[in-house]
This record gives sequence, structure tokens and C-alpha cells, in this order.
Amino acid sequence: MSLTLEHVCRTVDKQVCIDDACLSFEPGSFNVLLGRTLAGKTSLMRLMAGLDRPDSGRVLMNGVDVTQRPVRLRNVSMVYQQFINYPTLTVFENIASPLRQAGVANDEIQRKVVDTAQMLRIERYLQRYPLELSGGQQQRTAMARALVKDAELILFDEPLVNLDYKLREELRQEMRELFAARHTIAVYATTEPNEALALGGTTTILHEGRIIQSGDTPQVYHQPQTVLAAELFSEPPINLMPGRIVGNEVSFANAVHFALNVDLRHVGDGEYRFGVRPSHISLVPSNDDDLELAVTVELAEISGSETFLHVRNEYFQLILHLPGVHEYAVDAPIRVYIPTHKLFVFEPAGRLIQAPGVRAARVA
Amino acid sequence: MNKVPNNKAWWLVLPVFLLVAFSAVVPMMTVVNYSVQDIFDQSSRYFVGADWYRQVLLDPSLHDSLLRQFIYSGCVLLIEIPLGIAIALTMPARGRWSSLCLIVLAIPLLIPWNVVGTIWQIFGRADIGLLGATLSWLGISYNYATNTMDAWVTVLVMDVWHWTSLVALLCYSGLRAIPDVYYQAARIDRASAWAVFRHIQLPKMKNVLLIAVMLRFMDSFMIYTEPFVLTGGGPGNATTFLSQTLTKMAVGQFDLGPAAAFSLVYFLIILLVSWLFYTAMTHADKE
Amino acid sequence: MAEIRLQQLAHSYLKVPTGDDDYAIREMNHVWEQGGAYALLGPSGCGKSTLLNIISGLLSPSRGKVLFDGKEVNELTPEKRNIAQVFQFPVVYDTMTVFDNLAFPLRNQGLSEARVQSKVKEIAEVLELSAMLHKKARNLSADEKQKVSMGRGLVRDDVSAILFDEPLTVIDPHLKWKLRRKLKQIHEQFNITMVYVTHDQLEASTFADKIAVMYGGQIVQFGTPRELFERPRHTFVGYFIGSPGMNLIDVAPQPGGVGFASVHLPLPEAMQQRIAEGNWRRLQVGIRPEFVHVWDEPFDETLVARRVDLEDLGTYKIMTLELGGAFLKVRLPEDKAVPAEQAFISFPAQWLMVYADDYLLEVAP
Repeated sequence: MSLTLEHVCRTVDKQVCIDDACLSFEPGSFNVLLGRTLAGKTSLMRLMAGLDRPDSGRVLMNGVDVTQRPVRLRNVSMVYQQFINYPTLTVFENIASPLRQAGVANDEIQRKVVDTAQMLRIERYLQRYPLELSGGQQQRTAMARALVKDAELILFDEPLVNLDYKLREELRQEMRELFAARHTIAVYATTEPNEALALGGTTTILHEGRIIQSGDTPQVYHQPQTVLAAELFSEPPINLMPGRIVGNEVSFANAVHFALNVDLRHVGDGEYRFGVRPSHISLVPSNDDDLELAVTVELAEISGSETFLHVRNEYFQLILHLPGVHEYAVDAPIRVYIPTHKLFVFEPAGRLIQAPGVRAARVA
Repeated sequence: MNKVPNNKAWWLVLPVFLLVAFSAVVPMMTVVNYSVQDIFDQSSRYFVGADWYRQVLLDPSLHDSLLRQFIYSGCVLLIEIPLGIAIALTMPARGRWSSLCLIVLAIPLLIPWNVVGTIWQIFGRADIGLLGATLSWLGISYNYATNTMDAWVTVLVMDVWHWTSLVALLCYSGLRAIPDVYYQAARIDRASAWAVFRHIQLPKMKNVLLIAVMLRFMDSFMIYTEPFVLTGGGPGNATTFLSQTLTKMAVGQFDLGPAAAFSLVYFLIILLVSWLFYTAMTHADKE
Repeated sequence: MAEIRLQQLAHSYLKVPTGDDDYAIREMNHVWEQGGAYALLGPSGCGKSTLLNIISGLLSPSRGKVLFDGKEVNELTPEKRNIAQVFQFPVVYDTMTVFDNLAFPLRNQGLSEARVQSKVKEIAEVLELSAMLHKKARNLSADEKQKVSMGRGLVRDDVSAILFDEPLTVIDPHLKWKLRRKLKQIHEQFNITMVYVTHDQLEASTFADKIAVMYGGQIVQFGTPRELFERPRHTFVGYFIGSPGMNLIDVAPQPGGVGFASVHLPLPEAMQQRIAEGNWRRLQVGIRPEFVHVWDEPFDETLVARRVDLEDLGTYKIMTLELGGAFLKVRLPEDKAVPAEQAFISFPAQWLMVYADDYLLEVAP
């Protein structure tokens, strides 16, 4: 089944929460809605589910207009941030509850519940009660309940937020595998760019109720159409610097200058905003024309196997994303290298002019 | 939250609307109607404007009972609120003892007003009552039927006995809602017991205290049954509170007009004072 | 100012513990040195909160001693231990102003008002709270409240240590790093022993110079963030630190090294001896996804693995490989060519760890 939103708008208390959303989801696809808190992810999901009705626009399922159809007449499941289970029912009965409601035969229920529980690795806990389980197991139970009824549309509203990062890693991986073999449309809301990347499929970036960009996840990531898309889909946030190209020279913030290289030659004179991914800046030069900057360390955030280095000088504030562990004292002076071949160039108004790699490929 | 607007839901409100109309609005309008007319029978009625109100407001016996009423409610609040807080603070937080305390506290709340009056009437009698007899055996002269002071004390003690539990239970629930970390932090900061009470327990109990104060004020301001059963308003008029005066006027003397005017004034006073309490307590430490 | 020493400490919530499993803290000896920035890292249920409560004095250990600067404090109440604590949810005195909140512990000690004034002003300056000293604490945002609760610990001169219990849980994500920076600055400025309890590797490694990783009621490794990453001393540390965690593969000893299925991994002479010395129940090799080397061309030492999955995480890729029935993850840099079906890999000797019964086997280099 497919799901299409056509020019869907919704306003609550005079505040626009969804502004002219047009989206289309393929059967069997995994779709991520990425956006900050209050970007409209939940509002959009509620519209998809039929919990809310749009003020204007249409919602189509398999080409049929279901805009006015209430949620209980649509085949939809939802998994929430909080672990929502029936505390007085066993895990088995929790998972079975949607089937019981649908009047499915007992042996069929038995089979489906056990199958689903196995898929989510909670078959050992079927006779326990949800509150006796760990957070991860509780959320697995909630997911099993959503999956068991073969819904046409499953909505996940930041389901992993309340779990440890190790559990999150595991469940993310499992979800990719679970949905690879299904015909269900999965829609998954998250605030974390890295989660969107890890889940794959398609990504739709939402901001203040508007759809900023939508498409294949890697494509959206590597070719953001606007500064806003690049900022929203980058964790740590992409580094942005105002700059200008005049003749054969590029300057950032009127402070550092470097020679125009082959990648930027096509851009032309003018004012721009340059972006560089935190993972592209390094501590050692890798090319002769790398731009060297003297900076001081604001903080080295170490995440086990990688380091997020916050640095600044009098003109810029930058973040580096480095593999491995790099320990630095606060305010230590260091040098960092920006590869001038890996710059994003945006118009001052925000539209992308070129992304690194893409341009280079075309030239080659 | 954003919900689907569904105007059919208004029909669900209708029963409540009708109920409120019949239970409150209609009777009150009847009272308003009586308070501005002098009615002898169905055909002869005269519009008297504010006459009844003037008469009621200038009546010295009403002034007396209003004053008594305020003193009484003031005493009730001054005793029951601190006492209730104190009981709540000393109650065990969890375990079997806390359940036992809760049950014991709940018992007085389950006894009907007139039964409370009767219990104390007998309990306080100097001849057969346990309290009265004990006091006279100890050589303390005590007679609530003849001594004004004794009557007052008895009515007050009776109310304290009956209703302090309510305050205590409310405060107890408020106290239980305070997370343990607050106490831990206070210990680390070396806060004294008083500081813990003043800066952690009291602020966190504020909401339940507000409910307690309002309930106890409204209830005590409308007290009728207990003193009526115990002393019948005596000795003299010493324990005749507002509601009893009103009843006398309306039922005893059948002065429906002044009684109606008085009812409305009574109602407005309660409304006004409750509102004052509410605003004072909710704005107390806003900045 | 204090050194915190745990001596043969063990704790069970049961009155009569029978086996190891009954202990929330198994017997441990550990030292937090004066002035250090430490983290206590572990998953939920590993015993870290129990240990924290024992140090702060909210809980009395079943066995062993807690020593502050060599003095036993087992019997001392939290208020007598001079330990400040910052909790998961900010604890502020709602009805007081920020100033009064910070002054509270000082006034409780009976300091003169002039001293209180100067102390509070100094700390407010450090915590960047000066502008809001006269605001009611209730009206602050979560991160400001958390700074106030931190400040109440810092104002006291007699505080020997500050314990942090997941203090950034309720802070907005984009404000977290600023507070982390503040914490580090404060540590450098104040020379107070700080112990930061968390389940999040980022929180721990960012704040602490040394991290104690707790697992199953024990500290399985105490080391710098770099040591935890490069030389995990326990398989749990390998798994828990890093995303994804270390690849761990069960192996059996073989002449010249170890092996599994048809795969043979040569090991240095000294390591072979070490393996032969013990009677191990379980032998594993571990290598981090970052350290698996992927070659463009096969040669003698390369192993041939089958590609099972590929995740493009934007800045890097995670490739899942199948090698002799075992699965392992490999992290590839963004611009590295991705092998199609077969990958030619090798495990650099420097990064290949051997674990016997979950603990790292070490040999003198």
C-alpha cells in the first residue's frame, strides 16, 4: 500500500503546525522524519494516522482518499517515546491485544504472537508483566504489539529516545532488518541526524511545520538543497562561514584568504556562505592547499571511539568530528586544517550552489 | 494537544448543564426573586427593591453572629491547619504503621455531622459523659450548656476532632509527592529541620494546603448541625452562628424576604473570602 | 579536599547474601585521588548508583571501609562527610532566589553575611549566574537550575568532593556541551575531587581524566578514555565503549596462534605462551571496527570475508562482514572504496587483543 499527502495543512490555535505538506511513501519503505523538537513531526504523524484531520489537503492510501476516515477504520499502528503497555496484562496478552480486538482465532493468535516475539527477541518474557522488564524489553513489547497486526502503516514517534545508547544501536540495527522484508510503510520520527543515517531508507527534513527536503537518505545528506537542510541534517552541526570570492582569491570572514582552486572556479565572484562538515576538518594536513587555522580548544567531547572537538579563534567557531580518542585541555592552542576541496557553497540566501564530491565527479 | 473538533461532543455536556441549572441556578434565582419582593400570597406581592438588604445589613443580631462566625472560622483554621501539618509531618512515610495511621485518621471523617454533635453532647455531659464527668471529678467546673466559654471550646474541639484529619491527609499526600533527592540535598547543605520544612516541605505542600484552607473555611463558615445538636445555639446566643440565625429567620419566623436577602449576602461573603484566600495564596511568592 | 579510598568494599541489599549474584557491589579496592576528575560509567543496574550512595553516605556498605584522606567515614552521615551531590533532576529551593539558594549552605554553617556575599558573588561569576542572582529559582531553565545545584556544592570551602549523578539528563541537547565545558573549567579551577556517574560514554569520556567502567558490581577497568578505547581490559569495556563496539570472536588455541572455523590468526610467541599457561574456559579475540584493515588487493596475510551489510552513516560507513561463520563490523572512512562482495582484511597485530575468560591477556612487549 502507498500513502500520499497532498498539500496538507493544519493550524492549531492560530499556530501553523503543518504548512502545505506534500509527501508520498512507497509500499515497503522505511521513512524517517527528521526535525528538531516541535518541528511538526508528531503533528504530521497524527495526520497520517488519522488522529487529526487536516484543515486542507488530502490524505490518500492506495490512491483512495481517506482524509475523513477515523483512525480506528484505518489499519495503523503507532509506537511512542514512552513505553506504553498494559501493565496488568502479560507480555503475551499485550502483544495479542490488537489481534483479540480484531477477533482472530486463538491458535492464530498463539502463532503470530510467538513469531513476533521471536523476531524482537522477547519470547523468553512472554509470561512476565511489562513492568518487570527492562526499558529496552518494554519498548520491544510495544513494538511487537505494533507489528503483530500487520498494519499497513506503522508510525514510530522517537521510540528509542528513552533507551541507553547501546540498546539504541541494537534496536536500530534490528529495525532495519525487520522492515527489509515487509510491505508495511514505516514512518519513523527522530531528532537525531545520525539515527536517520543509521536507519537508511528515505529522509524527510521538517522544520517549523514545513518540509525542507525529502529523498533518499544518503542523497539528502550529501546534497542538501539549502543551508537549512545542511544544518538540520548534520550532527555535530555543519560549520558555516561567510566568505567571498574575488578574482583568484577566496576569503572567509575577511580574515583568512586562500587561492581559488579548481573546485571553486565555476562558482564565480560574489558573496557566499561556505560550509564544511565537521568530519572533513582534520588535525593534520592532507593536501597542500588545505587551509591552516590557529585555534584554541573549547572542549574535546569524547564519545568512546570518536571525538567532537569544539574550537574557536577570533573569527570562527568550528566543530571537528575526529575518529579515535583525542584528549585536549580546555583552551589548549592547536592548528586545524580545512580541506578547500571539500567545501559546500551556498548562496547568501541559502540555496546550494555546489556540494563537495559531486562537483569534483563532474569535472573528472 | 490538538484534537479533532467534533461538535457532537457538546451534547455530552448537556446533562451536566441541566443538572447545574436545576441544582444551582434555578434555586438561586428563586432566592433572588424573594429577596427583592414582599410576598404574602400568590396574588399579592410587592417589589421592595433593596429594602430587605438594608434591613439585613443593619440588623445588630446579624452583625453579632457574623462576627462570631468569623472568629469561629478563624480559630478553626488557626488550629486545624498547623495541627494537620504537624500530624502529617510526624506520620511514618511508609510501611504498616503508615497504613494504620491513615485508617485511624480517616475514622472521624466518616461520621455524620449530627452524630458528631450527639457524641460530644453525651461525651461532655457532667453527669454521664466521660469527658464531663472526668473534668468535674478533677474539680474543673465544666458545663457547655450554661458556660459560654465551655460551649465555645466544646464546639471548637468538636470541629478540630472531626476535621483535622482532612487537613492531615491532604498534607500527607503533598509530603509524599516530594522526591527523596530534595531531602538528600538538604542534608548535604546541612539544612536544619526548620529550614527543610520552610524551604522544601511547605512550598511543595502549598497546593494541597490551598485546598485544605478553602475547604475548611467554607465548611466552618457554614457550620450548623453540630452546635445546633450540642447547644442549640446557646447559652444565650453564644454559639449561634450565621446559618442558624438564617434558619431561624426563614423557618422559625417565616421572614422569607429578609432571609433570602441574607442568604445572598452570606453566599457573597463566602465567595469573596474564598477568592481572597485563593489569590493571596497563589500570588504569595510570585515575583 | 580529599582522596576517597574504598577498601574491600562490598554491598548486598540482602541480609544474608549467599552467592556472588546477591551482591550489588562485589568486593573492590579503589582509590579516587584528591583533585581528580573521574567518571563511573556503566549500564543501568551495574551497581554504580549503589556505589555512589555508599560514598555519599546515604547507604552503609555490608562490608569494607570507605576512607576519606585515610580516615574511615563509614559511620559518618552525609552532612558530616562534606560531600556535595548534583542529582539527575535539578534540586533547587523553589521559593528562594538564586542568591539565597547559593547562600543556603553557607548560612547553615553560620558564616558572616559579608563572607556569604563575597563567596556567592564569586561562584555566581564562575557559573555565569551573576545576572540572575535575584530571580526566583523556580523561574530558571533546567540548565540554569542545574548550575545552581552545582553552585551550592562549590560555594563551600570545606567540600571534599562533588558527586554528579547523570547531571545533564534534563538539559537541552544543544546546551549540553556548554555545560560540559563549564564542568571541566570548574574542575581545573577548583581542585576538588569530582566523580561523575553516568551510563553515557560521551558524558564520561568528555568530563573525566580517568574512567572506572562498572559491570556486574565490579570495576572492570579504570583508565583514560584512550586506554578504554585502545586497550579494553575486559570484553565488556570493548563492547560498551565505542559505537559500534569491539568485534569479539570465540577462538581456540592453535599451533602458532589461535583460530576459529578455517581461520587462523598468528600470535606472537609470548602471547602463545600466556595462552598455554592457563586453563581458560573461554578464549576470545577482539578488534575494534576502526582497526580492521581493508585492502584493495589480496595478498598472503589477508583474510577473505563476505560482505553482508553496509550502512552509510554519512561521515563514515559501517560494513558488516562474515568471516568463518563469525560476524564483524568494520568502519570505513567516508572516501574509502567499498569492497563489492568480498573484502580482503587483516588484523594489525597491535590492535588484536586476546581475552581469556573476559579479561585481557597482557604480555610484556
